[in-house]
Formats: sequence, structure tokens, C-alpha cells
Amino acid sequence: MADPMKIRANVSGDSTEVKVLMNHEMETGQRKDANGATIPAWFIQNVTVTYGGKTVLSAQWGPAVAKNPFLAFKFKGGAKGEKVQITWVDNKGDKRTDEAVIA
Amino acid sequence: MAVANRRIVRWGAFALALAAPIVLGQGSAVDEIAKYRAALQDGNPAELWEVRGEGIWKAPVGPGKASLEKCDLGLGPGVVKGAYAAMPRYFADADKVMDLETRLVWCRVKLQGMSEADAKKNPFGGPNNKSDMEALVAFVTSESRGARMNVSIDHPKEREAYRIGEKIFYFRGGPHDFGCVTCHGEDGKRIRLQDLPNLTTKEGAQKAYTTWPAYRVSQGELRSFQWRLNDCFRQQRFPELVFTSDASIALTMYLARNANGAPFDAPAIKR
Repeated sequence: MADPMKIRANVSGDSTEVKVLMNHEMETGQRKDANGATIPAWFIQNVTVTYGGKTVLSAQWGPAVAKNPFLAFKFKGGAKGEKVQITWVDNKGDKRTDEAVIA
Repeated sequence: MAVANRRIVRWGAFALALAAPIVLGQGSAVDEIAKYRAALQDGNPAELWEVRGEGIWKAPVGPGKASLEKCDLGLGPGVVKGAYAAMPRYFADADKVMDLETRLVWCRVKLQGMSEADAKKNPFGGPNNKSDMEALVAFVTSESRGARMNVSIDHPKEREAYRIGEKIFYFRGGPHDFGCVTCHGEDGKRIRLQDLPNLTTKEGAQKAYTTWPAYRVSQGELRSFQWRLNDCFRQQRFPELVFTSDASIALTMYLARNANGAPFDAPAIKR
């Protein structure tokens, strides 16, 4: 089971800024272990952010994204006290969903 | 004569042209690293360790099925806020000066009923290996962010630890005749492009101590102060510094006390 994300969401003006830290190894598939064997690629492939049942961000990621990635973005709308929900799915099918209350 | 002069002038210009980029390169690299840190400050993955550490702190585990919420870090059982800024310190119940990691081991043994070996297991994380100790350190230290460093050496045992730590700091030995002071006793020393703090000055000691623990981007790990000392010893080709050993506590005591007065500002982020 993947570890929780750290999410911050703040309304500023007519948009909401969301900052997310995700816990993931993000193996590129290019590295080798101590025995010379390739470490298989293992990375977050899809990120989906929903607000009020609507998808506000959908992203496809690859192995070039850093370990423990940080994602910041803004979407139009959003209200204090409401929730944003973030889901990632990695290439092994592992997934994690967390939500945060907008401040 | 005129031709020779011109040649000198030309060579001079060539030498200048060569020298300039190197000098510029060093200066800008330091600036670039500072910029890089500032850019990462907003999304410091150390927070992931803080969250995980808080969970471990509150989880009832071990034979005692107790959480660490009654662990006394020096300000009373369960008080975490600001505790790290006054550590290492003398603990009467253990009759010993302890740094944070040593105290956490003590609490895991006394409160949770773990064996000492279990409590000290896996002090530093690595790829696919998460260290509970580093997560706990991240959580506890994050609760001291902004608190002023206030390490006492009033108790005789605290003073003794400080003195021993000072000795270790200035002690030179090993295959390279090296000591902490070799790298950290002068301004402007570097390892590759990494500026090293001069720990013999007040500002240097404050800036260095108050920014550990830190998330090391190059390792993808949060590193505790015990790890920092352990790795310094490795780099000096000293025998391995044993986790939570008296020597490690004494050296921490020396460096922490020298940082007194500065606001604690960690877990930080480093390249």
C-alpha cells in the first residue's frame, strides 16, 4: 500500500491553487542494482484531480518525473471547505487516492 | 619588439578568457544551488516523512502496545513542540545525556517494550527501505521549527558531553590524518561544488545545525543528524560511528550547543 500524499489547497481570487507531494519511488528503468541487473521501471502513469465530481486535471506521466514528485497547479473555481480529490495510478497498477479540504 | 609585445598582449587576453569562465562557473554554481533550494522549498518531500513519522509516533506497537505519545523528550511526557531545540540534554530517568534518536530508542524500549536491538534497527533508510527512525526524527524536529536553539550545559554530564564533543571535533586521525576541523574549521572550503560551513564560527555553526535533518534530493531520503555525523565519519575514513553511541551524542551536543540562539529551521531541503 502506497504512503499518503501531502495536499494543500488554497483559494486565491477566482481560482484554487493546489500543491501536492506524492510518495513514490519513480524508478526510470535505466538504473542497475548492485548485481548489474536492471531495476524495472516503476512510475506514476496517470494523475487525476477531481473537484465536485468534475475532473479538473488529468495528466499522463512518464519515468522522467522525479522521485517523490511535487505538483502545483491552479484550477478555476473552488470554494473554501469543499474537497479536492487526487488519484494516481502507477505502471504496476498500484494506486492511491487522497483528498484535502480547500482552505 | 613590437611583434613580441603584441604576442604577450594576445597571450594575456587568452589567459584572461580562460580564467574568466572558471571563476564565473564557481560563483554561479553556488548561486544556482541556492536558487534550486529556494525553488524546492515550497514542495519539500521532507513533509512526507513528517506525516509518516506522526503516524508512527501515535501508533500503539511493540509488546507494550503503547504509542510514543507519553515519551518524555525533556519538556514532559508527550510534549513534542519545541523539544528538539533543547536537545541533547540530561535525562534524570536514564542518568545520561541523550540526543533525539537515543531518547526515541529509550522510549521504544521503556514504553513499547521493544528490545534495544529492535529499537535501533534500520536507523537510516535507502531504496525500497523506509526507516521508521528517520520518519520519527522528521516529525519531532518539524515540531521545533521556529523555536530558538537553547541547549544547556549546566548539568555536569552535559558539560562533560560538550567537552568530549569538542575534543572529537578537533581530533585528527585515521588513514588521511583527518578530522572534522579539516573541512569545517575555515571559511570557503568545499567538497566539489558544495560549500562547507565553518563550524568554528557562531554563524556557521548556527546555519549548519539548524538546517538538519534535511531531505537530500540526490538520495531521495530524509537524513537525520545521526546520519550526517555517520557519513562525515565515513568520508574521513574513520571507523564507523555507532548509531546513538556516546561519541555521536557528545559531538551532537557540541554542535547543537554552538548553535544556541538561532531559530531552528528544519527539516530542510538540500541538493
